[in-house]
Amino acid sequence: MPTAPIIAIDKVSRIYGNANATTVALKDVSLTIEKGELISLVGPSGCGKSTLLRLIADLDTPSQGKITVNGHAPEQARKQREYGFVFQAPTLYDWRTVERNARLPLEVMGRPAGEWQARLDKMLAMVGLRDFHQHYPWQLSGGMQQRASIARALSFDPAILLMDEPFGALDEFTRERMNMELLDIWETTHKTILFVTHSIAEAVFLSSRIVVMTPRPGRIAATVNVDLPYPRNFDTREDPRFFELVTQVRETLKEEFVGHV
Amino acid sequence: MAASDAPLPENGPTRQAFWNRPWVAPLLVFVLVLASWELLVMIFQPPTFLLPSPSLIWQSLAGQFLALMGYGFNTFMEALGGFVIGCGLGLLTAMLVARSKWLSDLLLPFAIASNSVPIVAMAPIAIVWFGIGPWSKVAIVAVMCFFPTMVSTVRGLTSASPDAIALMNSYAASNWQIFTKLRVPSALPFVFNALKICTAVSMIGAIVAEFFGGAVNYLGIYIKTQASILKTPDAWAAIVVACFYGLAFYFAIVLLERWLMPWHRHREQH
Repeated sequence: MPTAPIIAIDKVSRIYGNANATTVALKDVSLTIEKGELISLVGPSGCGKSTLLRLIADLDTPSQGKITVNGHAPEQARKQREYGFVFQAPTLYDWRTVERNARLPLEVMGRPAGEWQARLDKMLAMVGLRDFHQHYPWQLSGGMQQRASIARALSFDPAILLMDEPFGALDEFTRERMNMELLDIWETTHKTILFVTHSIAEAVFLSSRIVVMTPRPGRIAATVNVDLPYPRNFDTREDPRFFELVTQVRETLKEEFVGHV
Repeated sequence: MAASDAPLPENGPTRQAFWNRPWVAPLLVFVLVLASWELLVMIFQPPTFLLPSPSLIWQSLAGQFLALMGYGFNTFMEALGGFVIGCGLGLLTAMLVARSKWLSDLLLPFAIASNSVPIVAMAPIAIVWFGIGPWSKVAIVAVMCFFPTMVSTVRGLTSASPDAIALMNSYAASNWQIFTKLRVPSALPFVFNALKICTAVSMIGAIVAEFFGGAVNYLGIYIKTQASILKTPDAWAAIVVACFYGLAFYFAIVLLERWLMPWHRHREQH
């Protein structure tokens, strides 16, 4: 018997605006995601990839269609703390140290500090911040701030990790290392990860499946299965198959682009 | 770890050269101004009631130091009373107002406009309402402190970024949790800016309100009386005492700020 998908999106549209001016951010998007997948949503600005992530997170509400997260409506899933969200900006609170930032969700959820402290320490160590518990956010580089934000999202052990261009503001070298670390985290924790990016190479390197999205109106143009074997490493980026897949995604975007000009 | 990803260096205790310390230059300017003042009075010899020399002011201050400090304390207590009431009500009102966009949109323009109203000009009316004693001064100071505190606090409470709020919502945080764990800490820098301004405002308010009448053992009344009988060195000495209380009040609030917001101080130094 096939298990139910962890995220099911059925003919979802999101329309912004009033009677005078409307923007169709998403139109008739359908997608199912299985437990343990690492899926990238890739596409240019305005293709609705971030909107889709926020709809799943119940930080926004669809105009039409239905979303199911772990068998629940998004609002219910949010209240049951099914997902951790990582924003493009690290969104750490200035007045909290790294450790207290990572503990924020545990405090909000009223989870006993003693019981969860070990997990918190483990997550901070996993993202390489073992020696930075007592640092304030401004004392960290951009990459370390984003690591702290990932530790925070994992601290309460949610089933799903939703990441909205988390490495978009980092330089390329830091970004590639963060990609490796994210794969390690994924292989260690077996989370389902939904990853929004505008970098095709990043999407191919990370994902088991890529959802290619195009703008005006935001919709899914294609899904591409990435058959590169895990564990992936720096050599993966030099694999001919890696380039084929990058080209395939690029061609999809180009066709859509040319077709609409 | 690559250089690009290394933590920023910490601010260790660095040995700065004496001349580079931040208080040296202002102190030099202060001494220089006093010295030239003394020199100019010596050369041009203006009438004492017009411009007494610093040394004469010092003599006046030294001769009645305890009495003046006592007057200063009385005036400071009026200022402090008004400060606590005005800022306290300002904080409470801001917490209520910031809960509703509708209410803050309605009230904030009035609060901001009140900055240009000369509240201290209402001191004679305050005397009619609250009597010639200290309470009329406390009332004026309270009104003067209320508006800047309220405006700043509303701004602070609504200053959290949309993503910082979305983060809390992603944890299904209650409104109370969002308030205590996000809105209040983000408001603290705004609140303390207002409180620091209000320390000066409250001393000014109390002294000026005293010009309209009251008992003799208060700074404002002492300044007004001594100036009107042309004993200006005494008036100047009282002004020095007023400065002392004003500065002490200001730095007390700065200490409170550093204690409540350790992260902010580090950041400023950085």
